[in-house]
Amino acid sequence: MSSVTTPPLSRRAGEGKDPAGSAPGGASPEEEAALQAAFDAAVAAEERIEPRDWMPDAYRATLVRQIAQHAHSEIIGMQPEANWITRAPSLRRKAILMAKVQDEAGHGLYLYGAAETLGTGREQLLDKLHTGRQKYSSIFNYPTLTWADVGAIGWLVDGAAITNQVPLCRCSYGPYARAMVRVCKEESFHQRQGYELLLALSRGTEAQHAMAQDAVDRWWWPSLMMFGPPDEESAHSARSMEWKIKRHSNDELRQRFVDICVPQAEALDLTLPDPDLRWNEQREHWDFGTIDWQEFRDVLAGNGPCNEQRLHQRRAAHEDGAWVREAAAAHAAKQAARATPPDPAPGAADTKTPPLPAEQAPQSRPPEHAPQPRADESAQRGVEHSS
Amino acid sequence: MSADWPLWEVFVRSRRGLSHTHAGSLHAPDAQMALRNARDLFTRRSEGVSLWVVPSVEITASSPDEKDPFFAPAADKPYRHPTFYEVPEGVRNL
Repeated sequence: MSSVTTPPLSRRAGEGKDPAGSAPGGASPEEEAALQAAFDAAVAAEERIEPRDWMPDAYRATLVRQIAQHAHSEIIGMQPEANWITRAPSLRRKAILMAKVQDEAGHGLYLYGAAETLGTGREQLLDKLHTGRQKYSSIFNYPTLTWADVGAIGWLVDGAAITNQVPLCRCSYGPYARAMVRVCKEESFHQRQGYELLLALSRGTEAQHAMAQDAVDRWWWPSLMMFGPPDEESAHSARSMEWKIKRHSNDELRQRFVDICVPQAEALDLTLPDPDLRWNEQREHWDFGTIDWQEFRDVLAGNGPCNEQRLHQRRAAHEDGAWVREAAAAHAAKQAARATPPDPAPGAADTKTPPLPAEQAPQSRPPEHAPQPRADESAQRGVEHSS
Repeated sequence: MSADWPLWEVFVRSRRGLSHTHAGSLHAPDAQMALRNARDLFTRRSEGVSLWVVPSVEITASSPDEKDPFFAPAADKPYRHPTFYEVPEGVRNL
């Protein structure tokens, strides 16, 4: 029986590279070549690479960069919309928006989990976000000026995200692909609620229609930028496609998105702000105008309307929440000490007895009312009496 | 800090009659919080009727390095499959 002590499914935060991971110390060039060949064959055969498989260092680094950026985008992406929760025009819209923002948090956590399987810790990832060493999508550096922006984000920003993410469900790295399946399932509600919101405004009063149009005018071009730079300038594209992390080029996905949006805008009775938008019979695609890549680079470089605010708020949320994390850790330590005085392994007892609902936490009831008295009950009482 | 919180593997039983299936992982200070976090993270749309959380460090796994030799004993035993056997034409319910 072969056994390992490293966690097999995901890695512990902060843990170094898996011994079975890339560049094992002292691997001869021949061994390295054999590992590389096995990896290439697995990718070519559409097999998935799993956390403890050997993988090239650059593949691992590319995935960490991409998944981390993706996770950060979900977390930062909560801000522009959360901005409108207290001002949602009805209880229905407020409940929808809260559920959506909760989903974004969940998506961030799925993705951080996937990134952690590559040997990078949660704390490291957050630190890199907070210090600006890892990016998030530039789209979230634009402000949400009106309620209609919530609709435009759902329809366009989430729509672009879905166009990007659906092919990622077939990404060669297993944990990332599985996270994306989950994300995509949930994301379609995001897009639909945005579309419905815009439709309601578009069919409303003249002022409401104008508000919807204004939001679409402001979000259309940044949404097209979400697919990244044009193919000829995309630094990582070719290699990512070879590795089957990426399945389609930036421009290909952008075109797909434009083609999807044009009829949807018509149905909304809203105009996409591009005078060059026209059907191309030969290509059987919509031609569209030139994207202002200077704006993209500026926003990416930190000079967008909200870059500073977004990062500041993220850092503040993390710092202000420190006491909650510390309290939870202190509570866990206290519970572990009460439950397992004779057992040196911390937390082990939690898995041996049925967990108690928190409402019945020991300090809120006399020890004799414990649903399942344990052999070490007297020891437990002793601790309680002394505390 | 969350870095000090252990990692938990989450298993979800999507409905009665099915086994628990691995859904993903999360950090939590203790088993109780891991369960609650798992509920919020993996069952926001009624995806489960039961949850397990297991400390990741408690899992023992086969080694990917040895995957071929480890599973090799099964590879040369096709007679364990019904398709290995020939059945004459017309014989039914076999």
